[in-house]
Amino acid sequence: MSTLTLRYEVPGDDFTRAGEASSDVKRKLKQLGYNPEAIRKVAIAMYEGEINMVIHAGGGEATVDIDPKQVKIVLTDHGPGIPDVGKAMQEGWSTAPDNVRNLGFGAGMGLPNIKKYTDELRIDTKVGEGTSLFMTVYA
Amino acid sequence: MTVNEVVRILNATVLVEGDMETEIKTACGSDMMSDVLAFVKDQALLLTGLCNPQVIRTAEMMDMRCVVFVRGKDIDESIKNLARTRDIIVLKTGYRMFTACGLLFAGGLRGECEEK
Ligand SMILES: Nc1ncnc2c1ncn2[C@@H]1O[C@H](COP(=O)(O)OP(=O)(O)OP(=O)(O)O)[C@@H](O)[C@H]1O
Ligand SMILES: [Mg+2]
Repeated sequence: MSTLTLRYEVPGDDFTRAGEASSDVKRKLKQLGYNPEAIRKVAIAMYEGEINMVIHAGGGEATVDIDPKQVKIVLTDHGPGIPDVGKAMQEGWSTAPDNVRNLGFGAGMGLPNIKKYTDELRIDTKVGEGTSLFMTVYA
Repeated sequence: MTVNEVVRILNATVLVEGDMETEIKTACGSDMMSDVLAFVKDQALLLTGLCNPQVIRTAEMMDMRCVVFVRGKDIDESIKNLARTRDIIVLKTGYRMFTACGLLFAGGLRGECEEK
């Protein structure tokens, strides 16, 4: 298996479609016979990130590089950015409005969960410009 | 217990069929998908009062086998279709969350709290 690169647009205006990219990645990894534990980590971390792009940033793009050793996921949006990443990484810290909570999200658990399920995580963010998440999960 | 037994205990309607003999050992109940993603480990069954496609996606990401919608709400066709393509069984019960969970617990299903 050489490196396989997948790219997705994540639309920001359709909550019902959030997670399509993560779902597709999960199915591709299964087809490749990837390690199930790694698939689960990729699926959960990417899904949390994808939901965040939709509910906090008006959508974005996802690029996923799969090779036999690791899966690298880059999620980039041009949303409002995160003013205080340290705070955002705390469990329970959320700026999600009530309508997001009514959809079943907004408990402030996503970023800590991404941290938990990835082997490497970097967050580049600038207020007013956007956010990029670089995640790596080892096979 | 099997999914068939879950159906019987909850007097549930089967909205999306699957392998009804699938063995279920643990379950969780939540309306917050954030919490399911963060706290659930190996639960095969999700009970929820939330009715949107992200319920099915959350179950998919967590490798769950069966979703039970409580309080007998009408479930959108798009939600059922998504579950069908992801091989997730979907049930609907008239019981509310507390009662549905209690009935399954009394029937032998457990949550994850046992470990603590
Ligand atoms: N892509 C993003 N763009 C802008 N802000 C973000 C982004 N991702 C996260 N945030 C900010 O960080 C906070 C914490 O994110 P986190 O994913 O942990 O929780 P949440 O999305 O609010 O709730 P949950 O993930 O539990 O549904 C968010 O409430 C939001 O303020
Ligand atoms: Mg989140």
